[in-house]
Amino acid sequence: MSQVMDADRMGRALTRISHEILERNRGTSELALVGIRTRGVPLARRIARSLHEINHEHVPTGALDITLYRDDLMRQPLGPQPVVHRTEIPFSIDDRRILLVDDVLYTGRTIRAALDALIDFGRPRAIQLIVLIDRGHRELPIKADYVGKNLPTSLKESVQVRLQETDGEDEVLLTEPAGAEES
Amino acid sequence: MTLKSRHLLGIADLDPEEIGLILETADAMTEIAARPIKKVPALRGRTVVNLFFEPSTRTRTSFEVAEKRLSADTLSIAVAQSSVTKGETLLDTVRNLEAMAPDMIVMRHGSSGAPHLLARLCRSAIINAGDGMHEHPTQALLDAFTIREHKKRLDGLKVAIVGDLLHSRVLRSNVHLLNKMGANVWACGPTTLMPSDLARFGVRPTASIDEAIDEADVIMMLRIQHERMHGHFIPSTREYFTLFGLTPARVARAKPDVIIMHPGPMNRGVEIDSDVADGPYSVILEQVANGVAVRMAVLYLLAGQEAQAD
Repeated sequence: MSQVMDADRMGRALTRISHEILERNRGTSELALVGIRTRGVPLARRIARSLHEINHEHVPTGALDITLYRDDLMRQPLGPQPVVHRTEIPFSIDDRRILLVDDVLYTGRTIRAALDALIDFGRPRAIQLIVLIDRGHRELPIKADYVGKNLPTSLKESVQVRLQETDGEDEVLLTEPAGAEES
Repeated sequence: MTLKSRHLLGIADLDPEEIGLILETADAMTEIAARPIKKVPALRGRTVVNLFFEPSTRTRTSFEVAEKRLSADTLSIAVAQSSVTKGETLLDTVRNLEAMAPDMIVMRHGSSGAPHLLARLCRSAIINAGDGMHEHPTQALLDAFTIREHKKRLDGLKVAIVGDLLHSRVLRSNVHLLNKMGANVWACGPTTLMPSDLARFGVRPTASIDEAIDEADVIMMLRIQHERMHGHFIPSTREYFTLFGLTPARVARAKPDVIIMHPGPMNRGVEIDSDVADGPYSVILEQVANGVAVRMAVLYLLAGQEAQAD
């Protein structure tokens, strides 16, 4: 197990992303942040705070649960059935630029599900994707617009984002499952 | 966390954690009703048959809406239009339906235990939408969901269930559920409509509505089920109303934040006064709205079971 990002670098990455958002969108008036449950939600809130610190405007923030949109739900699942949580988008997404936030971008299937879910709420002007870690190995044609860190990984490894709000600590860990080293 | 069985036959088979999971999942489902597009793709490609051997408007439409909101393909069969009237047995009817490979069958039947029979003999997952005088699990779950929305808990609440206790599957499912979740259940009705040994099920029986309602957090009124009464159980509906009807004066004995529930259909002026049914404490229409979310939760959780069993 190795730490690939500590709290300091995570903070700087999120601040840099916030500046990139402002640069690309020329202000925040049409923007809204939507975090994908679980860890996309605290990340979205932090980016909202950071945007507020930079230009003193509030960006509305929501939480999206994609469980009911997963493509593996009715196939033989690997683990137990995921628990459904509430989606909370307390604003209209029509004609807004939506910044979708997730912790790790991997196969792209979560983002595919999130895009389907978002579009059921209205017709945004644009959707942009923010991820803290892009670990590669895409199975769908999906690309992030803002990336905290590009992390080349092997398929055996797993990336674990830990956040203060959900795990008590800010860090990103790269782990190789036990027993995989010998094979 | 998942459900243990691939069927939902009754509350008696569920443990408190499973009930909690269903209620939590239902809570997440309520938000879907507020969306511009009230539909999620979770059960896409799944076929659900609604098989109703007894008349039902509320439960059947509630299941249908829940199935459609989850994108399942649905098929509703009402008994009057089916071959049952031509003499086919229950098992033959269901075997013929199964030849069309449904994933789930939602069934209401006049005989207690009918869904249990199907669960043993069929490939499909069975959801009990009311069997005779036995259980009506989704009704008890939506009642619990409604109580929790208002009281934030179930344990320690005084719940008074008043009316035709003898013929009521709603009573039986609610008693199981409320006991498992730690509520204090009082049951009140005329002695002719009170099952013997009610106390054995952890219920306080009484023939006095005033005693049952006194300081209650929740009052659940049950319908006088004329269609199941083959004999004289009550002298007249007017006398019943005088002795057991829920009037504003009686509601005043309960806690000031009491909620009043009824599984429907209501007999106004028989078990409940119109002023109470339409009054500020009534959550009767919320129950109907919550029914859709609770049934979505049950369908979703059982569909996940199916995928694991494959």
